[in-house]
Amino acid sequence: MKLLKFLVLGVLFGIVMAKSEAFSWFRIQEMFRFQSFHMYGIIGTAVTIGVIGVALIKKYKLRDVNGNPIMFYPKEKSTLRYLIGGIIFGLGWALSGACPGPMVVNIGYGYIAMIVVFLFAVIGTYIYGFIKDKLPH
Amino acid sequence: MLEFIQQPWTWWVSGALIAGIMFTLLFFGQSFGFSSNLRTLCSAAGGGKFVKFFDFNWRSQMWNLVFLIGAVLGGFITAQFLSDGKPVQISQITINDLAALNIAEPTSVQPNELFSVESIFTLKGFLILAIGGLMVGFGSRYAGGCTSGHAISGLSDLQLPSLIAVIGFFIGGLLMTFMLLPLIL
Repeated sequence: MKLLKFLVLGVLFGIVMAKSEAFSWFRIQEMFRFQSFHMYGIIGTAVTIGVIGVALIKKYKLRDVNGNPIMFYPKEKSTLRYLIGGIIFGLGWALSGACPGPMVVNIGYGYIAMIVVFLFAVIGTYIYGFIKDKLPH
Repeated sequence: MLEFIQQPWTWWVSGALIAGIMFTLLFFGQSFGFSSNLRTLCSAAGGGKFVKFFDFNWRSQMWNLVFLIGAVLGGFITAQFLSDGKPVQISQITINDLAALNIAEPTSVQPNELFSVESIFTLKGFLILAIGGLMVGFGSRYAGGCTSGHAISGLSDLQLPSLIAVIGFFIGGLLMTFMLLPLIL
């Protein structure tokens, strides 16, 4: 039962991705071609509210439902891994028109072909884990 | 009311709801980052026996897998009950640009040229799906996060690594869109 709330949130996330059309390859192409404000509006609104909310959580030291302080852990400092990893991610994002979340929303929507994309995303993650120590970070 | 919901949702409604999901996850003691699920699935499939990176208690991430299943359901519910069935309303300039790449204007959510079931069974179609997925999976773990973890959660916390990652997302996305897609499609 503790997990039910995450199921509900996931359903909401899926509906938002689909109803905002952010899970469409066409919308991602429109974004990378800078031909519409739509995707920038979505991400920009989320980040603007996010910045304000995170600042408020920190200022008032808010706690979660279990009574633990809500913590934000600084990500490890580096440039190479974020830049190279980010570029590889971006290449895949523009090709398949979906990041990991929207992939599974597409599967639920009925796009069977996205199962291939998602399975290979898992394989891609496995390959990263396999050669991780040989990569610059 | 249903008719209102069945229209595509405006950007600011969608953006606000995404922020709402992120904060709700924080108040439930978790954080918003979808691509972690890919690592969890590698671990659940037994990857930890061969690769140290996948040797962790994946059951602690069960909440996120449940979130993933919810996202699939959300897509299904939208397709069945909350959609007006109209094609994605992208701008005319994009339609023209894509026509030059032999992608017809939208008739639904996704281009048939790339995401029809038939495309799985052609060599080129399969490779596009597979390589796209591989790069997203590999890149998101290398960068330590995807759009949700870096562009939404990380930027909300004003983290420099997330900004670098998002800049990377765009360098890669622009390279694919303007240099590689014309060669591939």
